[in-house]
Amino acid sequence: MSKSLGWRGAIALFAVFMGFIYLTPSLTRDLPAWWSNILPRDKINLGLDLQGGMHLVLEVQSLKAVESHLERVTEEMKNDLRKSKVRYLGLERHGTESITLTLIREKDRDIFQDLAGTNYPDFEVESISNEEGQPEFHLVLLSKARARIIKMAVDQALETIRNRIDQFGVSEPDIRPQENNRLLVQLPGIKDPKRAIDLIGKTALLEFKLVDEENSVEEALKGNIPPGDEILYQVKIDPKTGRKKKVPFLLKKRTLLTGEYLTDARVQIDSQYNEPYVSLSFDARGARLFEKITGKNIKKRLAIVLDNKVNSAPVIQDKISGGRAQITGRFGMDEAKDLAIVLRAGALPAPVKIIEERTVGPSLGKDSIEKGFRSMLIGGVVVILFMIIYYSLSGIIADIALLLNIIFIMAGLAFFGATLTLPGIAGIILTIGMSVDANVLIFERIREELRLGKTPRAAIEGGYSKALVTILDAQVTTLIAALVLFQFGTGAVRGFAVTLSIGIIASLFTAIFLTRIIFDYLYIQRRMKKVRI
Amino acid sequence: MQFIKPGTNINFIGKRKIAFVFSAMMIIITLLLLVWRGGPNYGVDFSGGVLIQVKLDQKRSPSEIRNALKSVHLQDSIIQEFGEEGQFEHLIRVMETDIELSGLSDQVEQALIQEFGQGVEMRRVEMVGPKVGEDLRQKALFAIFYAVLFIAVYISGRFELKWMMSIVMALSLAFVVYITSSFGISVTWLIFIAMIVTLGLCWFLKLKYAMGAIIALVHDITITIGVFALTDREISLSIIAAFLTIVGYSLNDTIIVFDRIRENLRRFRRRPFEEVMNSSINETLSRTILTSTTTLVVILALFVLGGGVIHDFAFAILIGVIVGTYSSIFVASPVLLIWEGTFAKRIKDKKRTPK
Repeated sequence: MSKSLGWRGAIALFAVFMGFIYLTPSLTRDLPAWWSNILPRDKINLGLDLQGGMHLVLEVQSLKAVESHLERVTEEMKNDLRKSKVRYLGLERHGTESITLTLIREKDRDIFQDLAGTNYPDFEVESISNEEGQPEFHLVLLSKARARIIKMAVDQALETIRNRIDQFGVSEPDIRPQENNRLLVQLPGIKDPKRAIDLIGKTALLEFKLVDEENSVEEALKGNIPPGDEILYQVKIDPKTGRKKKVPFLLKKRTLLTGEYLTDARVQIDSQYNEPYVSLSFDARGARLFEKITGKNIKKRLAIVLDNKVNSAPVIQDKISGGRAQITGRFGMDEAKDLAIVLRAGALPAPVKIIEERTVGPSLGKDSIEKGFRSMLIGGVVVILFMIIYYSLSGIIADIALLLNIIFIMAGLAFFGATLTLPGIAGIILTIGMSVDANVLIFERIREELRLGKTPRAAIEGGYSKALVTILDAQVTTLIAALVLFQFGTGAVRGFAVTLSIGIIASLFTAIFLTRIIFDYLYIQRRMKKVRI
Repeated sequence: MQFIKPGTNINFIGKRKIAFVFSAMMIIITLLLLVWRGGPNYGVDFSGGVLIQVKLDQKRSPSEIRNALKSVHLQDSIIQEFGEEGQFEHLIRVMETDIELSGLSDQVEQALIQEFGQGVEMRRVEMVGPKVGEDLRQKALFAIFYAVLFIAVYISGRFELKWMMSIVMALSLAFVVYITSSFGISVTWLIFIAMIVTLGLCWFLKLKYAMGAIIALVHDITITIGVFALTDREISLSIIAAFLTIVGYSLNDTIIVFDRIRENLRRFRRRPFEEVMNSSINETLSRTILTSTTTLVVILALFVLGGGVIHDFAFAILIGVIVGTYSSIFVASPVLLIWEGTFAKRIKDKKRTPK
């Protein structure tokens, strides 16, 4: 008997010791050097609702990505047709599904068929004759290709956003993909959620387009937009009234240069007006393109378009080599910095829409922790006192179990790298109630056995064995509920499920194993006569 | 020290008719409330929209705040006082989901600052788009569904020791649900059908303990939802978590009583069912009252001291614990009694009929 007591005691002490080891990093700020080398260092993670921060779910507008891809293919086709000297009557993109090409000469049919085979593998090519007897091609996007484009868009969006956030400087951001083309972004401890959202959500598509000086803007506004042109607006804020004014520009649709070619974007201060602006640097190819564009269009206006809004449209004075350009505007310093960040990180392949946003301010987070732990303290103290009054010495044993439970739960959270949330604290509090339950079941049985006249040792034995099955039953059902919650829950609710589950397992361990050791020690080893229960 | 003296014998079963009437009343009131309001009061998590918890630097009435929101066309939002006195915190709830929700909180902040000056603090913002709201609804309902399923299987197996039966029941339930779901019925109806099928299966397979436990569970959840509807509280994700916890807890209680009933039935085969039940409940009374009380004490501490964010959650668990304890004594056991009455009577009749 004493042998098994020795072993059990050793296991128990080891468990308690490990509990303290895992708990300590979360309690102290500075760990001595020797600790960090051998012993675990993980602190308990605090959920966003306790440390403050932002939780975002973004949806990548994948259809836009497919649309853009089809647009690009259409442009490529124009180039290819020109190179092969094939003249065409019409080239039209249909939504996100297909492209229709109408040729003029029948003999070009085969030429294009070959071209399509090599250059456009993503499409199913259907070759027909239309009503006017002209050769027509329907290129339908394959669903495999579509899925691939969408996946690439999501992956690229993930990388770009990660890039932007890295440059923004948030400690321990969490960015991961989710089902249905969604991205989860968690930014703990963020001080300026508005800036972060702007930074993340900006598509940041930078384009250079020529202004159409030949046709009039007014005519176009009435509805007569010349072919190959589009109307984009510049938003100007009147410095005196602060009101926004939209100035229309008639631009040639064709994008001459994009932000893809940027190597750097930097904030500089204009010495004359003391205002920040963003200076752009292009790579070698971009610089050459820029030189060609500016060279061919001297005295014409080149519009700098950001996310389909005209930023500025300066007149090209001379051919610009060296690949530098400027984006000006009435920026604040923060705005300029953020613009530089998004230009450096690159444009999003498709717009993202924020479909869920939960932000907790740091003050509320701190409040929640304080209030949560205070209620745990007070509730815990009341229960502890009650157990001592009701069950005397055995009550003290149950209280030891209770305190160890709390330590085990916290250590467990650190061990699993789980997150403590506000409902998680509620879960710990619930566990206090439930661990008492297990002990009460055992103690009431022991009382019954004593009433039947059994010796202390037999009563304890009987109490534990009879109560065991009932305890397991009761805790298992709560465990089932906790596991289901874990599976289907998100964020804060998951935190609750985790603390509840760990708490149940811990209370099973302490109630059945640990307290028994103490009882056995007192009544077998020390041979105490009367069971104080 | 003892609260309940051994040998206590309160006639719980005798009082079951009163309890039955009381329970029935509560459930009917709940159903009426739900029908009248067109369903439970869903929070942002399930119906979409924006929830803003804002702290001002002095006392302002909801109508003053409503006025301030006119400039951003949000004067129709629901505005409530929140949290403790002297904290000047309010909840602003924007119900529409068809407007641009992202950035709405900034607009609200600006509007409030314009009206009340700089002492405006946005403590918490929760924005849920309509798609996400629907997703979360589905998830919550599936969570409840699976929890009920697993628990039904566990109770049947554990109590009746009819593990085969319980697997049969689980499979039949899954089958029925699969068939009905292919008709594209909403998840709410699925749960309803699942409950009916589960109870039906319990009846046919003679899983009387499972039936008693499940009826007690349904009773508990329904009344908790009713109290929420009565006090005009919102059902959010954490409240669903509270419901599932109540399920676990109520089952906990019920199992303890059932265990005792079974043990005593085995020991005292001669005694009438009613008497055995009563004494079982009385024997476990001490433990039932103690656990409920200690859990209530700690949850009450959370309810009073835990702050506004966790307040509703604590409330749900509070109600759940009280109703759960009540149902283990006054609902689960009487169901067993009714069952015994119906089936035992049939067996007696069979024995009497000459062959």
